[in-house]
Amino acid sequence: MMAIASEQQTVDLREPGGWRRTKNRIATGGMFLAFLIAVIPLGFVLFTVISKGASAITWQFLTGGPIPPNVLPVTFGGMGPAVYGTLVITGFAALIAIPLGVLGGIYINEYGGNQVLARVINFFADVMTGVPSIIMGLFIFTIWVLHFGYSGMAGSFALACLMLPIVIRSTYEMLRLVPDSLREASYALGATKARVTVTVVLPAAVSGIVSGALLAIARAAGETAPLLFTILTVEAINTNLFSGPNTALATQIFANATQPYTGAQARAWGAALTLIAIAFILMIVARLVTARFARYSQ
Amino acid sequence: MATKADPAPAGSASPLSRRRPLGDRTFQIACLAAGLLVLVILVLIAITTTQQSATWFSTVGLSGVFSTNWDPGSGHYGALPFIYGTAVTSVIAIVIAFPMSVGIALLLTEVVPRRYSRPIVYVIDLLAVVPSVVWGLWGFLVLAPWLQTIYQSIASGLTGVPVLSTFFGGTSVSGVSFFTAGLILAIMITPIVTSLSREVIATVPTIDREGAYALGATRWEMIRGAVWPHSQTGVIGAVLLGLGRAMGETIAAALVIGSSPTITTHLFSPGYSLPSVIANQFGEATVGVFRSALIGMGVLLFVLTIIINLTARGIVGRSARRARGA
Repeated sequence: MMAIASEQQTVDLREPGGWRRTKNRIATGGMFLAFLIAVIPLGFVLFTVISKGASAITWQFLTGGPIPPNVLPVTFGGMGPAVYGTLVITGFAALIAIPLGVLGGIYINEYGGNQVLARVINFFADVMTGVPSIIMGLFIFTIWVLHFGYSGMAGSFALACLMLPIVIRSTYEMLRLVPDSLREASYALGATKARVTVTVVLPAAVSGIVSGALLAIARAAGETAPLLFTILTVEAINTNLFSGPNTALATQIFANATQPYTGAQARAWGAALTLIAIAFILMIVARLVTARFARYSQ
Repeated sequence: MATKADPAPAGSASPLSRRRPLGDRTFQIACLAAGLLVLVILVLIAITTTQQSATWFSTVGLSGVFSTNWDPGSGHYGALPFIYGTAVTSVIAIVIAFPMSVGIALLLTEVVPRRYSRPIVYVIDLLAVVPSVVWGLWGFLVLAPWLQTIYQSIASGLTGVPVLSTFFGGTSVSGVSFFTAGLILAIMITPIVTSLSREVIATVPTIDREGAYALGATRWEMIRGAVWPHSQTGVIGAVLLGLGRAMGETIAAALVIGSSPTITTHLFSPGYSLPSVIANQFGEATVGVFRSALIGMGVLLFVLTIIINLTARGIVGRSARRARGA
């Protein structure tokens, strides 16, 4: 009897019994379900934006202006001023944040070593990525706009505050992967630290840094909250980045979303499609750069 | 316990010669300045926004700040409805996003082979690439009208049911509400909670997994017995970081929360949150107490998110160190 019972048990262990197997299947099914639930809204939102936005997109819509009053249908005017504003304001923010962020990342990994200061900066850069973007807008409003007025540049400053910690962190993560033997070989040739960093370490990590920077730009391009109190919105194109209110796709969508007019809503959908396209293109380029980097290092 | 498991970071070696060229030193100083900029910005944010909100604090006092009455027209600037709305919407977001994110993270690390996990990661990352304002536009024009009918049938079906009707009942059922905002926030924080949880779960030693399988555990029993105890703390940290993101998410919430400064247990009713009131009302806030109050809400939000982020980073950092050292 005993022998039979223990044999029975061995069989049970090899092939989990009914309830245990069912529980396992339920759990696995639950994981797939979680993924499905996350994908449904993504598919839904992309479908809506493309189906409602595509009809608005014309060359005139992307480059024409000024942005017409809400009551007019989408065929009037164009979103040119907002497209221009998004590209120029985000571009200028990238010009500020990427060099500073790369230098900051270099400090943490190359100069800071195990010093307390480097670890503190690294930690707070991490914390700063979690500061809500609207706080950056309020910050630039109090420190810049109150004294110098609204401008595209103020918007760039706010976006740069948002991008800086992201670029620092991604640069740091990439520099960490560069093998020490590269640095040591260059020191052995008598190069100074700055020269080693700029001509040997940075090129070795350049793809990863570029990819991180592109993702930061993609995130900044879609941001609305930092721009609300720094650039306002205008209808006509403002080519002067450094003075006077400006406009961007994101702030324009926010302004149009709650308008009851079909023209305003159609323009919002068209602008949303344009904005998503810009963000996706930046992300795809970043992925391609990373893929190239991965092939390189193999 | 090993305190330094990873090799000493490069760059701690001092240069050979004592007299370094000017360019070399300049470069080092530039790097240091860029790094210090992070600390400078954080300190400046704290100082300038607090200064600007001083008028609010001094005009209405502590009891005025934490009052439920928000009526700028007649001089009432209570922040409690917004603090309440921020808490409620971010808790809804976490309750939905936590099981979803951990489920996807487990799917990626434990179930799906490597070659299929990459496309799944890309798809989840796409959720994060869709701008906040586009989620808000979609939520306001497409999701909310559709949810309204669902909310109404749920609310009317639950009339008279004791506990459930206090949360899902009520007379002011609306498509734009606490719950809709919570749903949108849940979608928006899922990518970050998923990727952080995945990093934590990936640190579980393979030997623990194999040990559990060797004892005859099913995959689910292995996850509960080997993976979860090891990654519990880190996942809680990841969820806290998600909570911080949900609290600060502005534009999507501003469009779908309903813009009504009320405190109610009815989740299908319109509400308001700290960041969304700043975004919606800052334009009409001319100088004075009104603007000062909105900047003060920003200070409250800043303090709340910093506290949550510090706690979360502390938890994640500690569990990561322990995972490496073990």
